[in-house]
Amino acid sequence: MDEFGTAFAHAFRLLAGFDDELYGNVALSLEVNLAAVVLAAALGVPLGGVLAVYRFAGRRACAVLLNAMMGLPPVVVGLVVYLMLSRSGPFSVLDLLFTPGAMIVAQTILVTPIVAALTRQILESEWSAYRDQLTSLGCGPGRAIPTLVWEAREAVLTTLLAGFGRAAAEVGAVIIVGGNIAHYTRVMTTSIALETGRGNLALALGLGIVLLLLSLVINGLAWALRETREEAVAWRAP
Amino acid sequence: MVRRGHAVLALGLALSVAAGTAVASAVAATIRVASTTSTEAAGLFAHILPLFTHASGIDVHVVAVGTGQALRIAERGDADVLLVHHRPSEEHFVREGYGVARYEVMYNDFVIVGPRTDRAGILGLGDAPAALARIAAARAPFISRDDDSGTHKRELRLWAAAGIAPDPGAYRWYRAIGASMGRTLNTAAATAGYTLTDRGTWLSFHNKRDLVVLVEGDTRLYNPYGVILVDPKRHRHVKAALGQKFIDWLVSDEGQAAIASLRVGGERLFHPSARRSPGARAGPPASVLSVPKPSPCGTYRG
Amino acid sequence: MARAVRPASILPLVLDRVGVEIGGQVLVAEVDHRFEEGGLSVILGPNGAGKSLLLRVAHGLLAPSRGAVRWLGPGAAAARRHQAMVFHRPVLLRRSVLGNVVFALRLKGVAQREAVVRAGEVLEATGLSDKSDLSAGSLSGGEQQRLALARAWAVEPEVLFLDEPTSNLDPAASWAIETLIRSISASGTKIIMTTHDLPLVRRLADELLFLHRGRLLVAGGAADLFAQPKTPELVAFLEGELRW
Repeated sequence: MDEFGTAFAHAFRLLAGFDDELYGNVALSLEVNLAAVVLAAALGVPLGGVLAVYRFAGRRACAVLLNAMMGLPPVVVGLVVYLMLSRSGPFSVLDLLFTPGAMIVAQTILVTPIVAALTRQILESEWSAYRDQLTSLGCGPGRAIPTLVWEAREAVLTTLLAGFGRAAAEVGAVIIVGGNIAHYTRVMTTSIALETGRGNLALALGLGIVLLLLSLVINGLAWALRETREEAVAWRAP
Repeated sequence: MVRRGHAVLALGLALSVAAGTAVASAVAATIRVASTTSTEAAGLFAHILPLFTHASGIDVHVVAVGTGQALRIAERGDADVLLVHHRPSEEHFVREGYGVARYEVMYNDFVIVGPRTDRAGILGLGDAPAALARIAAARAPFISRDDDSGTHKRELRLWAAAGIAPDPGAYRWYRAIGASMGRTLNTAAATAGYTLTDRGTWLSFHNKRDLVVLVEGDTRLYNPYGVILVDPKRHRHVKAALGQKFIDWLVSDEGQAAIASLRVGGERLFHPSARRSPGARAGPPASVLSVPKPSPCGTYRG
Repeated sequence: MARAVRPASILPLVLDRVGVEIGGQVLVAEVDHRFEEGGLSVILGPNGAGKSLLLRVAHGLLAPSRGAVRWLGPGAAAARRHQAMVFHRPVLLRRSVLGNVVFALRLKGVAQREAVVRAGEVLEATGLSDKSDLSAGSLSGGEQQRLALARAWAVEPEVLFLDEPTSNLDPAASWAIETLIRSISASGTKIIMTTHDLPLVRRLADELLFLHRGRLLVAGGAADLFAQPKTPELVAFLEGELRW
């Protein structure tokens, strides 16, 4: 039980002492996770938007499929990405295996369905509220997507944060495609796994605390982007 | 408003792709080594690689997975060099044309660890298969790595020598967890179980709790490590020249001294054993046959 | 009322035996009418008569189950571009008052700078310019409806559809909207409006269409119909006797 006490001591010592390896891990974690979320947003938000506003045969099936993909088993994704990027695989020319690039690919595959499925849900209800007025103004479904995203910006941002959370917590896939190479593809989560394997439980917990703090900082920054209090209070239903 | 949003997205995309590729092509001279979790967990690479990089300017990326997976990775050409500890597999690897030649690098030994209370009564036995037989007879919990690693393969050979076929389905006391050495040791420590581990990982493991070394010194516990260059004829992109430089350094006096200098609590984790000519088989040296200093008892907190 | 002159009209609008059936229920049946240029037409009727539905069909938001909606003017090919609609609850975007109007103008292809200028002018004309930079959500109900009208007016539509524009408002706000409707009509926009506010109809309507249970019972000049209702249902409605 005193592991917890030691864990906090570890966390403090590493952070306050500007431990090189820790900060290196943190920087790489942020880089990989943020890049994955940006890519997932670029792919997932428009995809969610298209599924929300356009009517076409198989639309419901697509929505169901997308929701199911939110539960993609990460280790399976890791394995598939590994086989694709391997030297004996179809995308070997990209030379991405065991590099942070491969980790970004795997993370993006895991995060995009979450962003797309949740965005679809959000924009679907926005569209049903705005469709008549927007259509009347001459705004077709395609043109409406960015407008609706802006209307529901806090909700969309929350889905991106959910995606970030997913990426930040990922271990299985990134270990398989990244190789957990010291100073190169080792991130916070894989470090924790490594230290646990070495029996350094308190240190692993300490790293976990640092990871949580990191998540808090990110979410805190996102909160700062929200509307000012004045606007929030003033918005009244008609 | 919308145009600004598009610009931000485009910028973000560009940045992330740039970050990915930039980081991907970081250092000019790098090689990739597929090795085992036991060497990584023991801290071997953290200890010797800086010396090698300083001497040669070559950066070494180590992907540490189980021996079976490391072999798979090397077969697929996803690594330039292979460093594992299962001689039959290594020789097969070379015979099948995946590797150029096998070099002896170092050795240590396996030990059977278990709870200090030692329900199966195996402390001090010099016969590893006999010890396993006693564990089976006592139906004491035994944790198996079950991950196609060098350690796991050795474990199975020892059971075979004892005339026992451990079946996780049939025997509740035999727990096959499919994990790395570290995780296996964590499990053994938490459940007061027995397990087979290499001494390198054991010495640098910090969660021993009530586990102690119970059986050591049997020649069948000898654990040699071999290093092999992945054959560039099989995979054209393999960095053969750089990889060979690494192997040459490992077997050189400098490399061997670096390996020998890794100690924990005064004990060596790996013993250098290189023969200059590749393919030479090394039998267990006399030093392994004599039982080394007993490991410190009691819990060890790093 | 003085009327401005409009080029390239999309009017007249013909509703050719329009019917709307939803979920097996016939909600509008056999509505046949021709809306000419000029004036303010009111579609009158009790609750559930199908007025809003008919308006949405005429504006093109809903396809009729039967019959057709035809714009017969020379500019009819791009009919939607020259129309606008305001709903009984204002649907505004979560941005500034000015931003909402600019949005509508940008959709019509007006360049950003010019859009800001024209939006400013419309807000001035509708008495909202001092609230230009406030978020649309911080306005009162009446002001929001005024903003919705301002937004519609800014794009200079040829036909403006209004669906119960004052039904959610208090008398003061209602009066402000009525004044605005008058101005828009005077500037040359054809207004087609639904309401069940009889006094408002008496003050504004040039043409009257009476809808009852999805059927167009009678249509004609407002003054005439008020004097001579022609159908018993209309008589009852005008006396406040017809509920649905």
